[in-house]
Amino acid sequence: MVRIKRPAIVLSFEKTTDAMAVEKYCMENMLPGRLIPIPREITAGCGLAWKASPEDEKVLIDGLTKAGIGWSELHHLEL
Amino acid sequence: MIYLDNAATSYRKPQVVIDAVCVALSGMGNAGRGAHKAALDASRLAYETRCMLSDLFGGYGAENVAFTSNSTEALNTAITGLFGRGDHVITTALEHNSVLRPLYRLEENGMELTILQADSKGCVDYEEFERNIRPNTKAIVCTHGSNLTGNLLDIKMIGDIARRHGLLFIVDASQTAGTFPIDMREMHIDTLCITGHKGLMAPQGIGALLIRDGLEIRPLKVGGSGIHTYDHAHPAEMPTRLEAGTLNMHGIAGLHAALQHLSDIGMDVIREKELSLAKAFYEGVRTIPGITVYGDFSVSERAPIVSLNIRDYDSSEVSDTLFVDYEIQTRPGGHCAPLMHEALGTVEQGAVRFSFNWFNTEAEVQAAVEAIRELAEE
Repeated sequence: MVRIKRPAIVLSFEKTTDAMAVEKYCMENMLPGRLIPIPREITAGCGLAWKASPEDEKVLIDGLTKAGIGWSELHHLEL
Repeated sequence: MIYLDNAATSYRKPQVVIDAVCVALSGMGNAGRGAHKAALDASRLAYETRCMLSDLFGGYGAENVAFTSNSTEALNTAITGLFGRGDHVITTALEHNSVLRPLYRLEENGMELTILQADSKGCVDYEEFERNIRPNTKAIVCTHGSNLTGNLLDIKMIGDIARRHGLLFIVDASQTAGTFPIDMREMHIDTLCITGHKGLMAPQGIGALLIRDGLEIRPLKVGGSGIHTYDHAHPAEMPTRLEAGTLNMHGIAGLHAALQHLSDIGMDVIREKELSLAKAFYEGVRTIPGITVYGDFSVSERAPIVSLNIRDYDSSEVSDTLFVDYEIQTRPGGHCAPLMHEALGTVEQGAVRFSFNWFNTEAEVQAAVEAIRELAEE
């Protein structure tokens, strides 16, 4: 089966606990996205990454930044 | 059956802990090993439990909480991961073998060790900590509470001493976690070692190592990590750094429920009951002719432990008689605390240890007092 790839934003993390902290905050505050296995294109300390739609980038990043929730890098990929 | 060996392990667990483990056994993924529902549910539970532990102990966040199988593993990780040849470490005669043996092993390989002696009541002179600091002293490692006498060490005072002298401070909280408040930041604790199955009333097989942010500990074990598969080196980031292999998620599920139970009831409420039971037992036995009770009972803040002997009777014989004739379960012998027995003069005889917890009752305490009274009269 060939998955149709679509543009996505992906947040990577250095630590597993950072990924879990983002998920917890996003779920509690209705921010978009979900945890995925880290794509092969990305090298990071944690095997989980946060994926969201490109159109949700601003609301996601603004929300996390305002709350002081950190991530390692923001990637624009086709997944 | 009367179970008075809670310092060894809490026999009964709260129903919520039992239920949580059963639910976990019905379905649990492997935390940190994928992003499907089962794996993520496990990761979430592990993360939440780390947060709860950090909050309970004034820690440095979830990332600085590493799960272990018990305090022994946590202590071995901390001690072998922080010290080595040429370092000097200070510890005390109150320690359990889970502190002493890793230190002895390092001493055999060139680490210097000073063990502060205890008096006949099992107390140390706090001035000895500073008197024994040398240029190469790296740390103080000590228990919060003796598993034999129930005496507590003032870890806030010791933490202040360590901080003033730039030393690391590692605490074994096996007998006090869940019973006495511990705040890593306030008490300047660099590494806190806990187990789930005693005062926290969680399952056996789960413990934790809480570390100060930025402290780098060489891992005790390396292996599967869920990330960086193609690297020869185990990941350096916490908590994965100190967690090789699959976590005991069933144990973590139980620990999570136990921490919630502790929060719901209140540590102060639990402690008050446990100390009250221990005090009632002490008051009941201390005046019985032929009974020797060990420890410092001049202070009210003590672990809920009372150890005693009847004349020169072998402690094993007394403990066995208590079990066979009275169905009262206690622990005799050395208690893995050799230096404490040396201080108390009980190396040959051992001691009979009674240790109380949330599920014990006043009726059980009275039954134990009467049993001791009868045995002492024989």
